[in-house]
Amino acid sequence: MSAVRTGPREKLVSRSAAMIVMGVSTLYFLVPIWWLFISSTKSRGDFGSTSGLWFADFNLVTNVTALAEYNGGVYFRWMLNSILYAGAGALLGTLFAAMCGYALAKYSFPGRELIFNVVLGGVLVPATALALPLFLIFSQFNATNTFWSVFLPSLVSPFGVYLARIFASASVPDELLEAARLDGAGEVRTFFSVSRRLMTPALVTIFLFQFVAIWNNFFLPLIMLRDESLFPVTLGLYAWNSQVNQIPEIRTLVIVGAFLSIIPLIIAFLSLQRFWRGGLGAGSVK
Amino acid sequence: MQITNRKRIVALGVLVAVALSGCATTAAPGDSAEGIDCTPAEGKVDLTFTSWIPGIESVVDIWNEENPDIQVAVQTGPNGNGGTYKNFFNQLSAGNAPDLGQIEYDALPNFRVQDGLENIASCANVSESKDLFIDWTWNQVTFNEEGAVYAVPQDTGPMAMYYRKDLFEKAGIPVPTTWEEYQAAGVQIREEGGYITNFPQNDVNWFAGLVWQAGGQWFANDSDAWDVTLTSPESEKVADYWQGLIADDLVSKVPAWTDEWNNAYNTGNDWTWISAVWGANSISSGAPDTAGDWAVAPMPQWNAGETAAGNWGGSSTAVLKGSKHPYEAAQFALWLNTDPDALTALNTEANLYPATKEGLSLPVLANGVEFYGDQKIYDIFAEAAAQTNPDFVWGPTMTQTYADVADGFGGVLGGTGTLGEALATGQDKTIAALKAAAIPVKE
Repeated sequence: MSAVRTGPREKLVSRSAAMIVMGVSTLYFLVPIWWLFISSTKSRGDFGSTSGLWFADFNLVTNVTALAEYNGGVYFRWMLNSILYAGAGALLGTLFAAMCGYALAKYSFPGRELIFNVVLGGVLVPATALALPLFLIFSQFNATNTFWSVFLPSLVSPFGVYLARIFASASVPDELLEAARLDGAGEVRTFFSVSRRLMTPALVTIFLFQFVAIWNNFFLPLIMLRDESLFPVTLGLYAWNSQVNQIPEIRTLVIVGAFLSIIPLIIAFLSLQRFWRGGLGAGSVK
Repeated sequence: MQITNRKRIVALGVLVAVALSGCATTAAPGDSAEGIDCTPAEGKVDLTFTSWIPGIESVVDIWNEENPDIQVAVQTGPNGNGGTYKNFFNQLSAGNAPDLGQIEYDALPNFRVQDGLENIASCANVSESKDLFIDWTWNQVTFNEEGAVYAVPQDTGPMAMYYRKDLFEKAGIPVPTTWEEYQAAGVQIREEGGYITNFPQNDVNWFAGLVWQAGGQWFANDSDAWDVTLTSPESEKVADYWQGLIADDLVSKVPAWTDEWNNAYNTGNDWTWISAVWGANSISSGAPDTAGDWAVAPMPQWNAGETAAGNWGGSSTAVLKGSKHPYEAAQFALWLNTDPDALTALNTEANLYPATKEGLSLPVLANGVEFYGDQKIYDIFAEAAAQTNPDFVWGPTMTQTYADVADGFGGVLGGTGTLGEALATGQDKTIAALKAAAIPVKE
């Protein structure tokens, strides 16, 4: 960074203010996770009677075993489903969004702006509002309560298209495409071997957004799925949680299950944030 | 909207209880108040059954093993108001509803009004089963229509009083048998530093159970229109009574089903809980430190010597509109809810308390329960089940009614208004909601 000369006193005030704000927000975000972790280490008895923010007897292993055994280990089936819906969905969704955004940025054809505006309009429609129409459409094809009924709608990401277009026009120089064409590369090959690499930071961002969106998309599976073995983990835990009043034994399982279910998200973020930061910074320095 | 029109027509149909043929039913031919054409299919039949009871699969497996020609596949989801009812309605409009669905008694009128249920009265063995079931449950599934049965009762939630036997004995307070004594005990308990019980904001169906015991009801239909009676004298009597307890600070006011609430019981802060049979598990789970200290007694009565009980919760197994195999579905529903093996399995898997008269004396319900000092608590609930007023009627918009009354209750617990006013507001909003749904209602 180039030299930024500000007086040390001013800096101290603004710095501590910033630190306090950040510290408070960090606490605000981490305390629930801490609570979740602590609670998932507790036996049912300790859960109600000891402080929520500190350990009692450490029962995490017992609880996880109980979770793994309950109802034939259906919980891990749900985790697998979630990873499949979110992982494969985000991967394909990112690919489609990238191709679409790239095409809109780099090819001029009649109706380009119209298509882009329609896609932009799609950003404004919340996914929740589409769940019921999707259910009725899938009903027409007898395809509700299938893997595809949740997977196919997850492939679409208007926001991803938007992001890919913006990023492609900023980071993929036309000259480079010209050069590739002169060298005899086809459009598809140019996209995959030249443009895709240049767009990687944006693609990681789109992937993460899409991954989280699918992972957290609760309403669509709720409406579409009846078969427990197809549930994503969010829906499964919600279904269990709605039973807690009558079967209080499940409460521990819901808590441990919720705790384990955030682990894949944490892994995804930690392993991809490197690329992500690169992506956000790329446009800022010229 | 099409739905609204259909709802209106069907709502009228419910009320006059005459044949609906032609006007409302496009899905199922031959529907009438006499029931559908219910004949066994040839060959193997596959049924789908949506229920949110944990462990129901293992109960259904017993049936599937015994009935190779009628195989039932279990579908699941969150509890009714958590999303499954909404799903049923979505599926009904898309024409792909499951053959059978679990529906709580307080939601059945909504499904009936929206024409979501098959009338299985003409299916073999169904109408004949009337006497097997506890009287009030049968009225819930027939809506008192002639020649109609819309579901098979599954479980019930007869109410009684859970109380801290040890604390009552130690303080020398007699166990209350009337509401007057209950209030007096509340004063004494307050002097001991505890609360006699907790008043929950959101368990409006619990409050309805108290009104049920007092001989009141919140809805009636007299074949012309729905009559909303949240402000009936009995209902107001119950409201005034609890308003008094709240005003005198004799009850705690924590939200039910939270850690705070569990803790109030676990630490001996709250001494009693008027609750349903399935609440036995809630206490043993939420207040593990108090094992052996609890006992169960009948609900306090409004007049000494009376024996009335209320009910909180319970559900039925309904055959949903459009099922291609109502006969087989009805047979399964009957088996699930009357067969001793099935009832025993439902009780051990999911704490369901049977809706049949004989089911109340199942061996699994005959033993003492350790948490309650080996008291045979289910004997008390069996009595309560028989003492529940058979004529209680739920309305077709209970979700809305619950929400509006709960809003009012919340205000009371926060210090504004009274329970009676909350009911009056609930009354007005319910009438408005019925009108908005084009369901005939008396002003």
